[in-house]
Amino acid sequence: MIAEMGHFALILALFVSLIQASLPMVGAARRHAGLMNVAKPAALLQFVLVGLAFSALIAAYVTSDFSVLNVAQNSHTDKPFLYKITGVWGNHEGSMLLWVFILSVYGVTAAVFGENLPPVLRARALAVQGMIGCGFIAFILFTSNPFLRLDPAPANGEGLNPILQDPGLAFHPPFLYLGYVGFSMAFSFAIAALIEGKVDAAFARQVRPWTLAASSFLTLGIAMGSWWAYYTLGWGGWWYWDPVENASFMPWLAGTALLHSSIVAEKRGALKAWTILLAIITFSLSLLGTFLVRSGALTSVHSFASDPQRGVFILLLLTLATGGSLVLYAVRAPALKNENLFAPISREGALLINNLLLATAAGSILLGTLYPLFIDALDLGKISVGPPFFNIVFLPLMVPLTAIMAVGPMLEWKRGDLPGALARLKFAFIAAVIVTAATWLIAGGAAGPLWACGALGLAAWLGAGTLSELADRLQLFRTDFSESWRRAHSLPRGAYAMTIAHLGIAVLIVGITGSTAWKTEKIQIMQPGDTVDVAGYVLTLTSVEEHVKGPNYTARRAHFIARRRGHFVAALAPERRYYAVPPIPTTFAAIHTNFLGDLYAVIGDADDEGGYLTRLYYNPLVPWIFIGAGMMAAGGVLALAGRRS
Amino acid sequence: MTRRLLFLLPIVVFSALVGFCALRLILVAHGHTPDLIPSVLVNHPAPAFDLPPLLADTPGLRTDDLKGKVTILNFFASTCVPCRAEHPLLAGLKGDGVTLAGIPYKNRSTDAASWLENAGDPYDAIGVDADSRTAIDFGVYGVPETYVIDRRGTIRFKQTGPLTPELIRQRLEPLIKELKK
Repeated sequence: MIAEMGHFALILALFVSLIQASLPMVGAARRHAGLMNVAKPAALLQFVLVGLAFSALIAAYVTSDFSVLNVAQNSHTDKPFLYKITGVWGNHEGSMLLWVFILSVYGVTAAVFGENLPPVLRARALAVQGMIGCGFIAFILFTSNPFLRLDPAPANGEGLNPILQDPGLAFHPPFLYLGYVGFSMAFSFAIAALIEGKVDAAFARQVRPWTLAASSFLTLGIAMGSWWAYYTLGWGGWWYWDPVENASFMPWLAGTALLHSSIVAEKRGALKAWTILLAIITFSLSLLGTFLVRSGALTSVHSFASDPQRGVFILLLLTLATGGSLVLYAVRAPALKNENLFAPISREGALLINNLLLATAAGSILLGTLYPLFIDALDLGKISVGPPFFNIVFLPLMVPLTAIMAVGPMLEWKRGDLPGALARLKFAFIAAVIVTAATWLIAGGAAGPLWACGALGLAAWLGAGTLSELADRLQLFRTDFSESWRRAHSLPRGAYAMTIAHLGIAVLIVGITGSTAWKTEKIQIMQPGDTVDVAGYVLTLTSVEEHVKGPNYTARRAHFIARRRGHFVAALAPERRYYAVPPIPTTFAAIHTNFLGDLYAVIGDADDEGGYLTRLYYNPLVPWIFIGAGMMAAGGVLALAGRRS
Repeated sequence: MTRRLLFLLPIVVFSALVGFCALRLILVAHGHTPDLIPSVLVNHPAPAFDLPPLLADTPGLRTDDLKGKVTILNFFASTCVPCRAEHPLLAGLKGDGVTLAGIPYKNRSTDAASWLENAGDPYDAIGVDADSRTAIDFGVYGVPETYVIDRRGTIRFKQTGPLTPELIRQRLEPLIKELKK
């Protein structure tokens, strides 16, 4: 009964989205206030209806109603309560419903907070939201209905894939979708502005908060996925350039470019057509990210729904959304006139270079991700494009981007003073030289790769440069402290936001460099009592317990004691978990962190002589990767908070 | 004019991408599925096995039983929903000169037996593959999987995932007819 109610609510939501997509659009064209005003209640009603449908599916999961096919295929009575709920989006149908639910949340937020917007712009933007909702709800109803019944109902379900039964991955999809779908708002406003034929500061001011929110969520979503990969795949790695990872990284790069180009559009009335194009591209890449994983056009380790029938519908949706908006762009964008000319040495000049580098990076990753598919479709063989390609292409783009990131904020709008900016960066330069030299002396030369010295130097340049910029603004050390304190209070939050986000990138670079350059890895067979030396830590396997009971699995649990110079450091208890339904073993790495590095232990299979395969790692600076990502997201949230106050 | 052309570039690039995706979807629809690795065992002799019976009144299964008849070998489990979906279709596959054989995959014998008792037992023979040795030899990686084996004991077809009425009509029935000649 509840499932039918959810199904019915979703059908009603389809009709409401049709109304939201059409009437306000007509009203905006005819300047008819009554029709335009339909948008707000329609967005509200859509939120209520999709929310009902989503709640109905959650209710079916929580009550383990196995007469619903989707529940029977993805849940089990023994599953812990949390994973009964997160299992809702651990599958294709449910995750699409989550997508639409988040879309309706954004829609209602835009409708409520958009009171002070030009009514025509608001009506059109909400109408475009309605169109997106319409396409997705139809996709769910016609190809991926989660409310289908199963008769007779099985006694129990098939269970959720054990690798998804993890807090990191449980909340990874909602954050990823909050990011993807957030870009739909920038897209809707871009389309509304194109129809209007007018891109002004008001438009840019609308695009920015949504892009900030979406980017922050997406940053957290990607970081969670990466964190999950780090501690469950058991290889001590956190990024694999896997197609599914790339699918989420491309909208991130394009969205970051959009975030910066919209500043130029807002402050200088320039880069208008480019900002519109970026908004279209970012949302299109988000759609691609949603679909590539699920269409059967792409396969990888963690795609969990592949169905070519859906592919046709998806391609149709993409063609309508992206193709339609690009045609509109080709017709309308040439008429957009920039208000100001560009000087190459200026804040906007630096932001333009930022955009070019980020867009090139996104383009290269798209090429690398789709290239194997091209080759395969043209029957030229089967190839796979792996990390070497992405590293070779991506790193040379990121080095100048990072170098310029310290300089750009120092430059004025319109006409910057490059020698002056560089002079103010002298401390950053000194910091970079010192860090490079120190790295060379301590860990460089024989003990580690040369590039790592340069990479840490670059991170120091960015970190010190970002702090210098803040110190400049506060007139720190130049005037007395009370004046700096006063300035610190009056400085807009956006300035702190940028400082935190850019510092986050410096921290991230340190983490990436450390974990790549100085990782120690020991793989061996150990008997209880054996000892292995890992990067100065002495790890002893004290015992191995078999058949340890978990909520819905049994585990082999190994106990390690880690010592350093004879002193106890930590006890580590990695597990290998065996789930009953479905029968898949998973790895649960034990990690001891001191924020400078992680001691990481994995227990594997047993051999015939009482030994166990163990993998022991020391991963230096890995926590910095996640701290850096967190700082970037925090910067975004702070900027968002600053705009409203 | 050239400025206008520049603004056409995105839609041109996008159209090329869509065209490619469409091509790929057509390939997938025609069974050219790049992500599915075809079974290396197709057109090779079935691996040897000798499995004890699951039920008192249905015999077990040995490689020698395959000779002289067309065999449809179905790996199933009581715990798997797609197996339940294809279950009613299995009986329709039996016929003159065709043996329907089943092997429960990673399924407790008592569970498999009690499920067949409830849902009906369409099989001519069921072998218990206690250590999953035979499933490993066949390269089974999930249930259901169905193999068609000809009269000389050579695997001629493999289906990963449940059988559907369309699949039976379009692929299995013509193949069985041909193999019976």
